[in-house]
Amino acid sequence: MNDPARPGPSDSRGYYRRMQAAVEELLILKGVVTAADVDRQVAAMASRSPERGARFVARAWVDPAFRARALADGAAAAGEIGLEVGPLRLIVVENTPDVHNVIVCTLCSCYPRMLLGIPPEWYKRRAYRSRVVRDPRAVLAEFGTEVPAGMRIRVHDSTADMRYIVLPMRPAGTAGWSAERLAGLVTRDSLIGVERLPDAV
Amino acid sequence: MPSEVAAARFRPGDRVRVRAAHPPGHIRTPYYCRGHVGVVERLCGAFANPEELAYNRPGLPAQPLYRVRFKATELWPDYREDPADVVEIELYQHWLEEVS
Repeated sequence: MNDPARPGPSDSRGYYRRMQAAVEELLILKGVVTAADVDRQVAAMASRSPERGARFVARAWVDPAFRARALADGAAAAGEIGLEVGPLRLIVVENTPDVHNVIVCTLCSCYPRMLLGIPPEWYKRRAYRSRVVRDPRAVLAEFGTEVPAGMRIRVHDSTADMRYIVLPMRPAGTAGWSAERLAGLVTRDSLIGVERLPDAV
Repeated sequence: MPSEVAAARFRPGDRVRVRAAHPPGHIRTPYYCRGHVGVVERLCGAFANPEELAYNRPGLPAQPLYRVRFKATELWPDYREDPADVVEIELYQHWLEEVS
């Protein structure tokens, strides 16, 4: 764990920035990638936003057959509605009155970028990653999220080749709403599981 | 899916123990679950071994990857919240042992 060549948490930003710049320069110099490849990937990453995940969830709320397909194979279901998710597998975890799901990557910061874009800073910090597997209710409370007594928590640690997205419960008071209108209720944090969506007023 | 695939040894519902091992290198088995017992939730497919890929080796045969469900109280003996809470972790087969 304690590799003397690695920086402590306080100076890690500068260290990793320099490392990233050095590796990028080397890859370009050696012809492994071009600067244009890097720019294209950065632009593609920046263009994806949680609006994609919101559209996915709203569709699952209004279309039970789509919801069933999404739970069976998240990536294929996303592809159906024009959300290309690339080679990674996507597991959709469904909130119910009995179970609340939360996503983390304790090892690094694996995140469903294909549907949510670039992760928020807190998702990558050691505090969230180390505490949410151990004291999930305490961490959720810091997000202003209360998990009712009797509702179990299921934490998903994205340690390997799967990515996860939470399917929140459809807010009460939305009967008859269109998928577009429902998508407007879905927040990024509800798709990570640190927020529960309030009833529509 | 890679052409060389190790046969899956576990099925959903099987109890498994994570090896209490501490090898050096790029390991994707979190420390906090090593030595603990959980239940296989599903088989996710087979993937080249990341411990080998990290060193630019092929990582074959591909290892079956499982989602294993642990009780929070199994992972954290002093767990303070709902004892029915669980943590699910993706683990490669070569980290899992049968529990009799």
